[in-house]
Amino acid sequence: MNKASYRSLVVALMQRDFKVAMRRKSDSINPLLFVLMVVTLFPIAVGPSHEVLGRIAPGVIWVVALLASLLGSERLFRDDYLDGSLEQMVLSPAPLELLALAKISSHWLLSGLPLVILSPFCALLLKLPIEGWLTLMLTLLLGTPILSAMTAIGAALTVSLGRGGALLSLLLLPLFIPLLIFATAAVDSSLLGMPAIGQLLFLAGFMVLTLTLAPLAVAAAIKVSVN
Amino acid sequence: MWRWLHPYAKGEASYHLLGRWLPWLTASALLVLLIGIGWGLVFAPPDYQQGDSYRIIFIHVPSAMLSMGTYTGMAIAALVALVWQIRTAEWSIAAIAPVGAVLTFISLLTGAAWGKPMWGTWWEWDARMTSQLILLFLYLGVLALYHAFSDNRTGAKAASILALVGVVNIPIIHFSVYWWNSLHQGATITKFAKPSMPPEMYIPLFVCIFGFMLMTAAFITQRLRHEILRQELHRPWVQQLLVGAKVKEQ
Repeated sequence: MNKASYRSLVVALMQRDFKVAMRRKSDSINPLLFVLMVVTLFPIAVGPSHEVLGRIAPGVIWVVALLASLLGSERLFRDDYLDGSLEQMVLSPAPLELLALAKISSHWLLSGLPLVILSPFCALLLKLPIEGWLTLMLTLLLGTPILSAMTAIGAALTVSLGRGGALLSLLLLPLFIPLLIFATAAVDSSLLGMPAIGQLLFLAGFMVLTLTLAPLAVAAAIKVSVN
Repeated sequence: MWRWLHPYAKGEASYHLLGRWLPWLTASALLVLLIGIGWGLVFAPPDYQQGDSYRIIFIHVPSAMLSMGTYTGMAIAALVALVWQIRTAEWSIAAIAPVGAVLTFISLLTGAAWGKPMWGTWWEWDARMTSQLILLFLYLGVLALYHAFSDNRTGAKAASILALVGVVNIPIIHFSVYWWNSLHQGATITKFAKPSMPPEMYIPLFVCIFGFMLMTAAFITQRLRHEILRQELHRPWVQQLLVGAKVKEQ
């Protein structure tokens, strides 16, 4: 196979993912509703004072983003596994790593990007001071691809188990901790009026590293699961 | 080298090899630990500031060091299992992970017991403690994944991939947590040129570390033997071994 047909394969795969998502809109919308619901719970639980909410807002939004990414992650490969298209991907002459990267990309476009777009609204609800908004969006823009790639690894590992949910969060949440640390540190330092570029560059570095290595792990995991 | 290593890809050969090592490992581990801990707890001088309570270092430091060392060992086994498809390496993941998890837990527990008199708190969200806690979660994740599959081979391979993903992440987690917050003192004995302890303290500490290494090796050897037996239960050599043991008992 030459390069052009690889490209058409990737495009076809992503188009199919979008078509499936369009036909089952609730799958993409429910995690976003979950984010809004949980964000709503915090002012009710800790009280609506500006100082407290503004202080915890970056952490809350990021933790909610992690949980939302776990919520949808089980479905990432489940349907493909059940209807056999995952097996076809393994059998296809295109490298499985490339197809894994395509799956990760379409997953990010369907779950990560909407979250980035929704985040200013969450920041408004949680009364995050305006100085932090841009940094929050940038951290989410850099961080959500990492979330998609890592959840893809976890989902590929547990796809052949009927009941991956709790196990998946046990596997993935420890690996998300560096992301959480750098993202919240970036937002905090821009709230203090300091430049956040250092943390943002770290996040960008993690993103490049993850997107380079994760497809290899996803491909290996799919091969193990499909068998 | 391959010709020499190849027989040990088979369960039976490695079972007997490990069986030959086990008594030596156990005896030397007991001996060295007895010397190290006895020396550390009884004969080493008390600290000028912390008094006798610093003596928990003789357990805390070796377990913390080995908790990371065993993870590396597990990751190497995982790599071998994935690349060369050697089943003994797959089983050794199941043998190593619980030992590593327990070592991590011991280091957390002794750290908490040490922190209470020295820092006045059982738990602080400090860099080293947090990264150690995360290491414990990683071990538990590998174990959970290994045992989650009804087909053992799939579980072992999935756990290998996870262990390798974890090994890429451990340095990242370690340093990120380190920059995030720190209360724990810096490393005492990695500066081999001039340890920041007197020799009466660091020599027993080294003995303890060596003893913990031997003990860890002995536990892993024994667990691997059990895992080999459990996995090869349907093979004739295991049945012969078990029947033979029964005949001897009677």
